[in-house]
This record gives sequence, structure tokens and C-alpha cells, in this order.
Amino acid sequence: MTDATVTGAAHRPDGVWVRLLRRKLALLGMALVGLIVGAAVFAPWIAPYDPFEQHFDGLTLFGEPLKPGGAYLLGTDLLGRDLLSRLLYGARTSLIIGVVANGIALIIGTLIGLTAGFFQGWIGAVLMRFTDLMMAFPALLLAITLAAIFQPSLWIVAFVIAMVNWVQTARVIYTETTALTARDFIAAERTLGAGSARILFKHILPHLVPLIIVWGTLGISTTVLLEATLSYLGVGVQPPTPSWGNIIFENQTYFQAAPWLVFFPGAAIVTLALAFNLVGDALRDVLDPTLRGSD
Amino acid sequence: MTAYVIRRLLQAALILLGVSFITFFLLYVLPADPVRQIAGRSATPQTVANIRAQLGLDQPFVVQYWRYLTGLFQGDMGRSYLQKTDVTTLIMARLPASLLLMAAGIGAELVIGLTMGVIAALWRGRAVDNALMMTSFVTVSAPQFIVALLLLYVFAVKLGWFPIGGYGTAAHLVLPAMTLGILGSGWYARIMRSNMIEVLRTDFIRTARAKGLTRSRVVLRHAVPNAILPVIAMIGIDIGIFMGGIVVVEGVFGWPGIGQLAWQAIQRVDIPIIMGVTLVSACAIVLGNLLADLIAPLVDPRIRIR
Repeated sequence: MTDATVTGAAHRPDGVWVRLLRRKLALLGMALVGLIVGAAVFAPWIAPYDPFEQHFDGLTLFGEPLKPGGAYLLGTDLLGRDLLSRLLYGARTSLIIGVVANGIALIIGTLIGLTAGFFQGWIGAVLMRFTDLMMAFPALLLAITLAAIFQPSLWIVAFVIAMVNWVQTARVIYTETTALTARDFIAAERTLGAGSARILFKHILPHLVPLIIVWGTLGISTTVLLEATLSYLGVGVQPPTPSWGNIIFENQTYFQAAPWLVFFPGAAIVTLALAFNLVGDALRDVLDPTLRGSD
Repeated sequence: MTAYVIRRLLQAALILLGVSFITFFLLYVLPADPVRQIAGRSATPQTVANIRAQLGLDQPFVVQYWRYLTGLFQGDMGRSYLQKTDVTTLIMARLPASLLLMAAGIGAELVIGLTMGVIAALWRGRAVDNALMMTSFVTVSAPQFIVALLLLYVFAVKLGWFPIGGYGTAAHLVLPAMTLGILGSGWYARIMRSNMIEVLRTDFIRTARAKGLTRSRVVLRHAVPNAILPVIAMIGIDIGIFMGGIVVVEGVFGWPGIGQLAWQAIQRVDIPIIMGVTLVSACAIVLGNLLADLIAPLVDPRIRIR
């Protein structure tokens, strides 16, 4: 019989980290996230120049931006500023928006989904019909309108993105909460006299944590892309604050002659979104209880 | 079935009503004043007040919204503040271009995505499969404007194969449609891959092989059609996704659709046009989702309508 216990222990599933680290794509994603977070945190120390300084020798004699290579590693922009330094500081903008906007969206989505799923009844009906309604909104159009009408600042942009991005989370959390609330152990808790608040926070919320982590990670990608798009249209983060989207916005008139001014920030945006998508997708496989054991 | 469709249509109508209310409310409370845009900077307070009264913007919110709503039911979306034309006329003039782009874009993403999915499934676990799945990850991580600018640079500026922007010939359509096609393909590739893997495991495929059919015939005649069916329903959802991103792709390529109309209106606070385009887009999203739900049980009888 000792054999059985030994095999039992050996078959105990590995921790989340171990399973995550075994996936090549997840590793790639985490490495990229680490790289970009590092760039953002250490920007003041690793940036070769001040991102706002318009260098005297940053433009050619004809007033054109400098090509990549030479003293300015990735070239300069239309105002003679060092592109690499602007990109490094731009990582801060993207990550701040990614974390703040996505955090707000996640909180709103979780609260709405949780409340609707747990209480059902008319509260649930009202909240979920409102969620359906938000699903029917052309999200980008709404975000552009809101951002254009307000005087856009970093925080307004984060707020606008949060307002259009909470919907998916709310739906996922709602479905899961509804399923959990119907389970026997919740009924048992109730019979034991547990109040709604206790059941919600001690018994339901902990079960939702994996789901929230997965959607939180994938949501950063969506957020980063939306910020880039808004900034590219000129209604996002405003220059001179560097954001990868507004670097493209500022320089796109000169795009044909100086394509690097679009491609380097473009590559940065895709890399960041890709990194979080890779990690999020792997987390979903590792954490989602409905998929457990399928890999 | 009929009862289901009627119920869904009623729901759709309610959702659109809600969308109209929220949009109208947001545009009402936001700190942008359309009258200042119309009157110009040097206008006297008297002129500003006159224009405000003329447009009915001095009325309380409920009155304004009610007036808009009753107009809407008669097919009247109001008049553009700055273009002095009916919004319905403006949108109708632009809609064909947007619909053409949408059809071409969805066509492109189906061709690219399904091909990727089939190839990945047939060579599952090999290098081709890994490369294709990585590509699909990249396409869902790229914003529209970057893919659009990249295609523009390579195929219009450098190679000169296609015009840089504009509208009119088939050549103008290629790059914007490819932008949408590339971006949407990753999604279809992943779904198609898993559908194909599932279908290839079934008994009827084994039977087809056992009959001695060639591999290509088994794949093309037996596996692919069965794997494609569930994908068809997704096209409906795609209509909504397209409507969401229309402003960007039309902007980059100078495509004269409703996305550009909306973009110009947003910059000038031309509220009736913003309202109109939002409602038309919401309509497309709601109808697309309804279409997806209606088609799903037709192509897969295991899905039942409740």
C-alpha cells in the first residue's frame, strides 16, 4: 500500500510555475515582457540621450531626420530627437496605460460579472443586459469620440480604454460565477449560515482568481493596442510625452522618406502585445480548470 | 424558430435603443460645444445663442433625445451641423464603399486563415505548424495601422504595385483588404486548425482512407468541408469586429467609407454624424451576432436553438 501513496505523490500535478516554464512560447513571452519592463524601469539610465532634447546635430543640413546607425543608434525623429531614447521612455507610457487601464477594466468587469452571477434576479438581468449593450458598441469609435472630446491626457486615455474594455471580463466572470453559485458546496455554506459577503469573498472569489489572472494578462495586449491606435490617431497620449503610437503619429507625414520612424515603434508595439498574448495564452492552458489535464 | 428570430430581433431593437441613448447622453454631457465649432471664434454671444436655439440645442436633454428618436423612426438621422446635409444621405453615399471593403477583407481573411489552419493541422507538431501558429499570434498582436503602413510602404511606395490610397479600381482595394485579411487570419487559422485535427480523427475519414482515396482527396473533399462549417458562423461576429476598426483602415488608405466620415465628424464635433455612424455600426454588430447564432445550428445540427 505504501507503493500507492508513493505513486500518488509522484503524480501530484506540478505547480503553475513549473508547468508554465516548461512551455517554450510562454518563456519567450516572459522574456520579452521582462525586457520591456526593464527598458521602462531603467529608461533614465540606459537611454543614451534626453528623450525631449532636440539635438543640434540631430538633423541633416536639409533638416531631414538622421538614419539609424551612427551616434543616434536608431536615428532621429523629425525634430532631431533621439528615437531610441524616445522608444525607451515610450515603454513607460505603454506599460502604465497597460497596467492602469487594464486594472480598472478588470475591477469593473469582475465586480459586474460577480454581482450579476451571484445575485441573479433583477440585479443580474439589468447588469447583463447593460453588458450586452456595451458589446454592441463599436468600441474603437466610442473610444475615439471620448478621447477626442476630452482633452486627452495619460489618465483620460487610461480611463477611456477601461470604459470600453471591461465587457469581456464581465461576461467571462459572470458565466463562471453562475456555475459556481449553483454548486453544492455553496448551498452547504448557506445552510451553515454563511452570509452573502462571506460566501462571495471566501468561497467564490478565490475560485475566480485563475480566470482573472488569465484575462488580466490577455487584457494588457488589448489595452496596449488600443492605446497605440488612439495615440496614432492623435487623440491618445499627447506629445511631447513619448508613446509608441504618438511617435508614429508625429512622424507619419515623413513616412516614405524615413520609414524607420514608423517601423521601430511599430515593432515595439507588436512585441509588447505579442509578449502578453503568449504569456496569457500559456496561463490559460495552465490555469483554466476546464482545460486541466488536456495538455 | 420564427419565435426565436422575433425575440432576438426585439432584443436587438432594445439594444440599439440603448446604444442610441448612451451615445446621445455622452455627447450631450461632454465638454465639447458644437455651436462654437459652427459659429467660429469671432461670433458674438448673440449669434451663438441664435444658432443654439436654431439647432434646438437649448432644449432640455429629454426633449432633444425624444426629438432625435422620433426622427429616427421616420428614417431621419438629423442634419449634419457643418455639411448642411441629411446624415442619412451622407451615410448612404459612403456605405457602399465600406461594405465593399468589408466583403473583400472578410474574403481575404478566410482564404489566408483557412489555408493556414489546414496546413498547420496536416503537419501538426512539425516546424510548419509551429511557424504558422506563431504567425497567428503575431497577427492578433499587431494593430491595424502598423500592418496597413507596412503594406503601404512595401507594395505601394517601394514596389509601386498598388496605388498609395484612394478609391475606384480593384487595385485600390487590394492593400486595405489585405490589411484586414492578415489581421483577421490568425483567429481563423487557430479555429480551423483545431477543427481539422478533430475531423481528421473521426471514423468517416478513416473509412475514406480505407477505401483507398488519395490523401489530397480525403483532405479536400472530406475533411475540409466538414471543418469549415463551424467557421461560417464566425463570419457574423467578424462583421462586428470589422465595424470596430473601420476608422483606422479607411483613414490610412484614404478609403471614402463611413469610417472616414466618422473621423472627420469627430474632429469637428459634428454630433449628428457621430450618432449616425455609431448607430449604423452598432446595427451591423448586432445583426452580425444574430446571423452567427442563426447560422450555427444550420451548419451543425448538434447546436439547438433555445
